[in-house]
Amino acid sequence: MNEVDRQLRDAVRESRHGGPSQRSIDELAARAAREGLVDVAYGQADSPFGPLTVAATERGLVLLAYPELTVEDVLDRLAREVSPRVLDLPARIDPIRRQLDEYFEGRRRDFDQPVDWRLVHGGFFEAILRATAEIDYGQTVSYREIAERAGNVKAVRAAGNGLGSNPVPIVVPCHRVVATGGGLGGYTGGVERKRQLLDLERAAA
Amino acid sequence: MSLPPFQVLIDSHGAVLHRFLVASVGPIDADDCFQEVWIAALRAYPGLRDASNLRGWLLKIAQRKAIDSHRAAGRRPAPAESLPEIPVPAGEPIDGEPRLWARVRALPEKQRMAVFLRSVADLEYAEVGAALDCSQDAARRNVHEGLKRLREELAR
Repeated sequence: MNEVDRQLRDAVRESRHGGPSQRSIDELAARAAREGLVDVAYGQADSPFGPLTVAATERGLVLLAYPELTVEDVLDRLAREVSPRVLDLPARIDPIRRQLDEYFEGRRRDFDQPVDWRLVHGGFFEAILRATAEIDYGQTVSYREIAERAGNVKAVRAAGNGLGSNPVPIVVPCHRVVATGGGLGGYTGGVERKRQLLDLERAAA
Repeated sequence: MSLPPFQVLIDSHGAVLHRFLVASVGPIDADDCFQEVWIAALRAYPGLRDASNLRGWLLKIAQRKAIDSHRAAGRRPAPAESLPEIPVPAGEPIDGEPRLWARVRALPEKQRMAVFLRSVADLEYAEVGAALDCSQDAARRNVHEGLKRLREELAR
């Protein structure tokens, strides 16, 4: 092997140790945000159920995912259904993360962050979720009642489907919609979580 | 066609892009250049029609930014499309970097980029050609001529 090949091999090997610093990556994300190039920002928020993946657009909170969804799955969905310009930018979701902390500590009853409804498909589903967003802390209403508030008292099953497709659980409190006759009904995050959220709110109310 | 989330590109290709830039523009300018590459990529990303070789696409942007940075460092006015390929005098290697890089940076533009893309970014000749807008053969020739020149210099 000649001298140049040897030096080249050694130099390439040496350069493998390098990589961008975390500071450099963070600065990049901050600059991209300043220049309006981040369509979806995401980060993680703590919860009693484990880390939640939270994503926001410039319009507001667009997705909140329970821990059983991998971050990869969540990002793929955002890239497909919102925009591929998805960036890890926890600063953008700081306000909602703080509010979630307060909520889980029983110190917050309302989220004042705007919601971006674009992952909700269909006008009736959106009407259901908007009506759900109006249910007071610690209160529950029936599926039939929420269907009626959304403008179609007969669409009880569709109301359930709409709640099941809620892209921002907890913040849009679909856990406050329960079956008539004392049953809890279903919940995307599992009915045990629904019970925990309702217990939390009753204890704090 | 669906594009992967941009963050996945940064996570998957950030290291190789950074290595390529540290070698090709030097460690001092590499961080600025790194930002420029990703910002340019982010601007172009929603309009990208072919997601089959994202690493190649990113390195193509990176080699353009490396050339811009190199020309700016040489205080030559842009646009420089028609400038003759005069090698910039070999600078001293910058603290802590392999001595060879300063010599490679002194090669003519196409040779310099071809050597870095082939060795540091580990691209196949076809990919080097794609990044430099030339044929696979021309890419191979540029690498070989660059290395030949380095050998001659070292033999002196």
